[in-house]
Amino acid sequence: MNSFRPLPPARGGTYVRMMQPGLIPHLFRTEFRKITAVLCKVFGMEHIEVAEDLASETFLSALETWPYKGIPENPTAWLYLVAKNKAKNYYQRNQLFAEKIAAKIKTESPEATEIEINLSEENIADSQLQMLFAICHPAIPMEAQIGLALRILCGFGIEEIANAFLTSKEVINKRLFRAKEKLRTENIAIVFPGNNEIQDRLDTVLTTLYLLFNEGYYSESQDAVLREDLCLEAMRLTYLLVEYEPTNQPRVNALLSLMCFHASRFEARRNENGEIVLYQDQDESRWNEELISKGAWFLHIASQGKEMSRYHIEATIAYWNTQKTDTPEKWENILQLYNRLLRLVYSPIAALNRTYALSKVKGKAAAIAEAEKLELPGNHYYYVLLGELYSEIDNAKSLQHLQQALQLAKTETDKRTIQQKIITQRRKGT
Amino acid sequence: MDEFMLIFRHQDGNKIASPEQMQIWMKQTMDWIGGIAAQNKFISGNGLFFDDAKIVHANRMVTNGPFGEIKETIGGYIMVKGNTIEEAVEFAKGCPILQGEGNTVEVRRIAKADGIH
Repeated sequence: MNSFRPLPPARGGTYVRMMQPGLIPHLFRTEFRKITAVLCKVFGMEHIEVAEDLASETFLSALETWPYKGIPENPTAWLYLVAKNKAKNYYQRNQLFAEKIAAKIKTESPEATEIEINLSEENIADSQLQMLFAICHPAIPMEAQIGLALRILCGFGIEEIANAFLTSKEVINKRLFRAKEKLRTENIAIVFPGNNEIQDRLDTVLTTLYLLFNEGYYSESQDAVLREDLCLEAMRLTYLLVEYEPTNQPRVNALLSLMCFHASRFEARRNENGEIVLYQDQDESRWNEELISKGAWFLHIASQGKEMSRYHIEATIAYWNTQKTDTPEKWENILQLYNRLLRLVYSPIAALNRTYALSKVKGKAAAIAEAEKLELPGNHYYYVLLGELYSEIDNAKSLQHLQQALQLAKTETDKRTIQQKIITQRRKGT
Repeated sequence: MDEFMLIFRHQDGNKIASPEQMQIWMKQTMDWIGGIAAQNKFISGNGLFFDDAKIVHANRMVTNGPFGEIKETIGGYIMVKGNTIEEAVEFAKGCPILQGEGNTVEVRRIAKADGIH
């Protein structure tokens, strides 16, 4: 069961270095979940572990074969072929397994003598969407749903999920175990639910995709390529929802719009050393115009109708952030949007961003008064904000807050960014 | 943490101000509520229309209303979270309707399912 992550550095290290670096991890990120979803659909949710193991073994084969025989011309097709063969072998070999699932497969295709594994683009898309809806079944608690989706549909490791939920690996393991039991006992089918049920589950599905995208976008990991894969995967799944008529709804388009606007800054977010470049320091000529127009397009579609979801609000804020010029209109709009977002759903980051927007509209003094009421001790971004607000008003206090932020920051990137701010602030004198 | 209702009593803004002025007040209200929401203390809120308001009396008689002092009419409310009534009162002090002479914000603790209410 724990063959899920077949890439411990000690094992793969020397081999992989001879090949395109990161090729197999990349393929693992994009293909593992597709293979799992298709196999799981064929075998049924109760055999989810078999599907995961077969997908893992497929990647193990690649690790063992490619360094000696060379990378196949079409690595993805190679993986699919191996996965298919492994699934067929498993089916034929494992009598016990065959007996258990034979009945299910026969009823679905009466004349089939052997299983059909269809890894076409269309069937992968359908299987993943159906899996997404199966996971978001109301019998499963929301937190477990998101954990399962991250695990099964996105190939996250237990530790990454634990990080995303700010909890321990043990808690996540227990949660996933119980959720998988539930999928089994409730006998949840991997099919598109009926129209009403789709509407009931859509919000959970969207939350899952939103968290998945955020995990990639804001992750503390240094591995930029891997993180962008996650974002692109979330966008791809969201796009599938837009393409599927019953789920092509305003809030789905709004979420996709939000993702496009954020993704447009992938390139500009990193300098040549791979370090994070903050928004205000980004070279906007490196923003991706195509993704910005796509974002605008999906926001336009999303705005038809009366619905105003949190994704609408966040996408509109993201739209204003693509206008780099500071105008009173821009900040007034952003402030009102944050006011609205916070009324709908609170988050510390929205509270901090709102206060920053407030400083742009009403000045630093007014923003300081509100910032002091936020009560976010322990949040280093809070002290970064205070440092920013006090700059040129009370430089000594500004420095104090930045130093507090430095103490609380956890990642190297954050620490470097804050140190840079401290240096700039020192130049201003105290 | 307790919950409080902040009840606004004021004149119908539409009767005394231009649409532009109304928009300014609306923005102020949104900024005020946004500040409470940024502290994760906002629960919900609404404005109440003055037009069409009715009063239903004990004998089921229905009259146009409300009567009484015009500035004592309820124009809206918000619900907030707070540790003490004083904290809720601090929120109330920021309410933009208090710019109007005679307007008030009434602060009331909400009775939860305490077995009595």
